[in-house]
Amino acid sequence: MPAVRGWYELMPVKRTDKTPMPQRDATDRAQDFDEVNEGYCFAHAMFEAERCLRCQDPVCMEGCPVRIPISDFVHAIAAGDLPRAASILRTANPLPAICGRVCPQESQCELKCHMAKRFGPVAVGHLERFVADWERSQPLGESPPPPWQSARIAVVGSGPAGLVCAGQLARQGYPVTVYEALHAPGGVLRYGIPEFRLPNAILDWEIDALKRLGVEFINNVIIGKTIALDDLFDRHGFSAVFIGTGAGLPKFLGIPGENLNGVYSANEFLTRINLMQAFQFPEADTPLKVGKRVAVIGSGNTAMDAVRSARRMGAEQALVVYRRSEAEMTARVEEYHHAIEEGVKFHWLTNPVEVIGDDDGWVTGLKSLRMELGEPDESGRARPVPIEGSEFVFPVDNVVLSIGTTPNPLLAKTTPGLATHSWGGLVVDEQKGETSRRRVYAGGDAVTGAATVILAAGAGKSAAEAIHQDLSAGL
Amino acid sequence: MYKILAREDFSDVTFLLEVHYPMLAKAAKPGQFVIVMVHADGERIPLTIADFSIERGTITLVVQAVGKTTREMQQTCKVGTALYAVVGPMGMPSHVGERKKVACVGGGLGVAPVYPQARAFKQRGAYVIGIIGFRNKDLIFWEDKFASVCDELIICTDDGSAGIKGLVTDGIAKAIEVHPDIEEVIAIGPPVMMKFCADATRPHDIKTMVSLNPIMVDGTGMCGGCRVSVGGEMKFCCVDGPDFDGHQVDFDELMSRLARFKGEEREALERWTRNENCRLMGEEPHPSG
Repeated sequence: MPAVRGWYELMPVKRTDKTPMPQRDATDRAQDFDEVNEGYCFAHAMFEAERCLRCQDPVCMEGCPVRIPISDFVHAIAAGDLPRAASILRTANPLPAICGRVCPQESQCELKCHMAKRFGPVAVGHLERFVADWERSQPLGESPPPPWQSARIAVVGSGPAGLVCAGQLARQGYPVTVYEALHAPGGVLRYGIPEFRLPNAILDWEIDALKRLGVEFINNVIIGKTIALDDLFDRHGFSAVFIGTGAGLPKFLGIPGENLNGVYSANEFLTRINLMQAFQFPEADTPLKVGKRVAVIGSGNTAMDAVRSARRMGAEQALVVYRRSEAEMTARVEEYHHAIEEGVKFHWLTNPVEVIGDDDGWVTGLKSLRMELGEPDESGRARPVPIEGSEFVFPVDNVVLSIGTTPNPLLAKTTPGLATHSWGGLVVDEQKGETSRRRVYAGGDAVTGAATVILAAGAGKSAAEAIHQDLSAGL
Repeated sequence: MYKILAREDFSDVTFLLEVHYPMLAKAAKPGQFVIVMVHADGERIPLTIADFSIERGTITLVVQAVGKTTREMQQTCKVGTALYAVVGPMGMPSHVGERKKVACVGGGLGVAPVYPQARAFKQRGAYVIGIIGFRNKDLIFWEDKFASVCDELIICTDDGSAGIKGLVTDGIAKAIEVHPDIEEVIAIGPPVMMKFCADATRPHDIKTMVSLNPIMVDGTGMCGGCRVSVGGEMKFCCVDGPDFDGHQVDFDELMSRLARFKGEEREALERWTRNENCRLMGEEPHPSG
C-alpha cells in the first residue's frame, strides 16, 4: 500500500465555494432558543481547510483585529493536527468558540481572502468554531499552577474585554478578581447575545477555564457604587485595575410614544430573555410580554437578535424597520439571512416617527415615513430623506428600539479624575490602554463605544500586556 | 453571603429583613435601593434600603407580600437563610439639604424608606414633622422609631382606628395649616399616594420630593425599563433617581407602566399559590404548574 502523506489528498472533490454550515430547519428553530448552526463535522472542516490557497502573504490575517495566524491554523486542520490548530488559535484569540460564532467575518478576515475574489472565501469563522468546539470536547489537562505573582489585579466587568484581560493576566501568574454587577458573569455575551447564536454552555466553559487558571469571579458588585474605584487600590489592595464595563446604555429615538407599554429597548428585551430566561416563564419568574406583531427599529446585530427572539417568543409577524437601505445594514450577513429564513420581514428606507397607543397606554402602531436616499452624509453613507406625504402606520403590539448603546457613565461619574470623551467613552492612552488615572486601564466598548466582541477581546489582551509590563518595570 | 440575620413581621403582609452584606452597608446612603433575587430563577426586584448599619454590616429591607416574589420571600426568607443575590446600593442618595422645617410623609410600606431621610434631616437640625398613613391600626409599624426622629408625628388611618381618620394628604393639609413655613415635603408610598401628595403641596408651592418605584431589570441604567417622564424629559429611575421633584413627575404614565406585566404577575402568583397549597397538603405540585 502506498504511503499516504495526508489522507485529505485522497479527497475526491475540491469545492470552489464555501462549505455550507449545517443548520437547523428554519421553521423548527424559530420555535426555540437552541443554537441554529450545528457546526462542521470533521469532514466538513477538512474539505474547507483544503480550500485555503496557502498564500505567500496571508492577507486574511490583516483583516483580523487580533491578527490570528489564520493560514497556520487552517493548515493544521488540513493536516489533521487539531491540537496544534487549537493552540495556535487560542494563543492569538482567547475566545475562539465565541468569536467563531459572532465575529463579522465577511467584513474582516473573509473579506481579504484571495478565494473571495473568484469563489467564496475560506470559511474562517466556521473553522475557528470547529477547532474551538473540538477543543472543548477534549479532556481537561493538568490544572495550571496557582498564581505566583504578588501584585493583585481587579477587572471591572466580565464581558469579552474583561474575560480576555483576566485570562491573559492569570496566565502570567497574577491573582485576578473579576467584579460583575449582574448576578451572572459574561456581560453582553450573557445578557445580549441570544442562546440560538451563542449558547450559555460555551460561555460557562470559558468562564470555568478562567476559574481553573485561578481567576476569582465576584458577582453582584457594582464598582463605583458598592466599592469605589479608589477603594480597590486603598482598601482592597489591588495594584492595577482594568475597566471593561462595555457600552450598555440604550439610546432612545426621542419620538412621541416611546414610554407606552409594549415599547422596549433591545437591551431590556434581550436581557429579559437571555439573562432572566423569560422564555421559560412561568418556570422562570421574569416575564416578557410579546404580542403577535413586533417591530424592531435598527439594523445591527442586536436588532437581528431582538427580531429573531421576538419570533421565538411567539410573534407571528416580526419586522425590522430601518431608515436607511439594505446596503447600509450593519448586521452580520449570516444573521440577516437567518432572519429572512425565519420569516422576518425587512422594511428598508422607513423612518419611524411616532409610536401610537390606545387609551390604556398600550402600543397599537408605529407611524413611519418612507425615505429615499439623498446626498452622502458625514458618515459617507447616503443620507435618507423623507418622501413627502408618505406617512403610514404599521399595526404592531410591540416596538423594540435597537438604535445603539453608549458607554455606561456610572463608574466615570463616581470616580474623580477618570476622564471621558463628550460621548461617554473613557479616554485612554492608545498604546497601553491606560486611562487618565495611573494604573487604571480600560478597553472594549467602554472605550470605543459599541463595537465587536473581537475588538473588545483584542483590547483586553493588549491591556493585559501593558499591565504586565508596567508592573514588572515598577512604573 | 446575603444571609438574613433578623426578621420582624409587622402584619400579615409586611415584614422586615436584616441582610448581611458589609460592603454594601458601608456604601449605602439614605434614599438608595438594592436589587434582590430570591433564587436563581427569580426576578430581580428593587427594594429601598430602609436602614443600614455599618457596625453590624447589614442593610434593612421592608417588604410587602403582594406578588409572587414577595409572597415567596415571606414564606422562605427566615433567619439563617440567605438571598440568592443582593446588589447595590443603586440610585442617587437623597439630597438632604439645609432645611429648617420639613414634613416626611410615608404611606404604608413607604414609611420604611422615608425613615432614614427623616433621621438625616433631624441630625442636621431641622424641625421634622412625620406624617405616616396606614389602612388601619393593625398595619402600623415603626411608630416609635419614627417618633424618635420627629418633632411632631401625625398618624393617619383610613378607618380612623388610630390617629386621624383620613389619608396622608389630610395629614399634610393639617400640617401645612399649623406650619405654613414647611420648606420641603418628602413623600414615599404607593404612586397614587405620591401623586396626591404632590397635588396637595402644589398650591402652597412647597418643594415635594418623591421616590419612584418603577419596574426595572438590572438597576444600572442598562435596560431602560424604569424610564419615567419628569418635567417632560425621559429619566432612568435607577440611575437618575429614584428621588424626583413630585411636581414634575408624570404619575399617570408611571402607574400605567407599573401595570404592564399585570397579567403575567397574576399568572405567576396563582401558579405559585396553587403549588404552595399542594405543598401544604403534602401533595405533588399540580402538573400544569
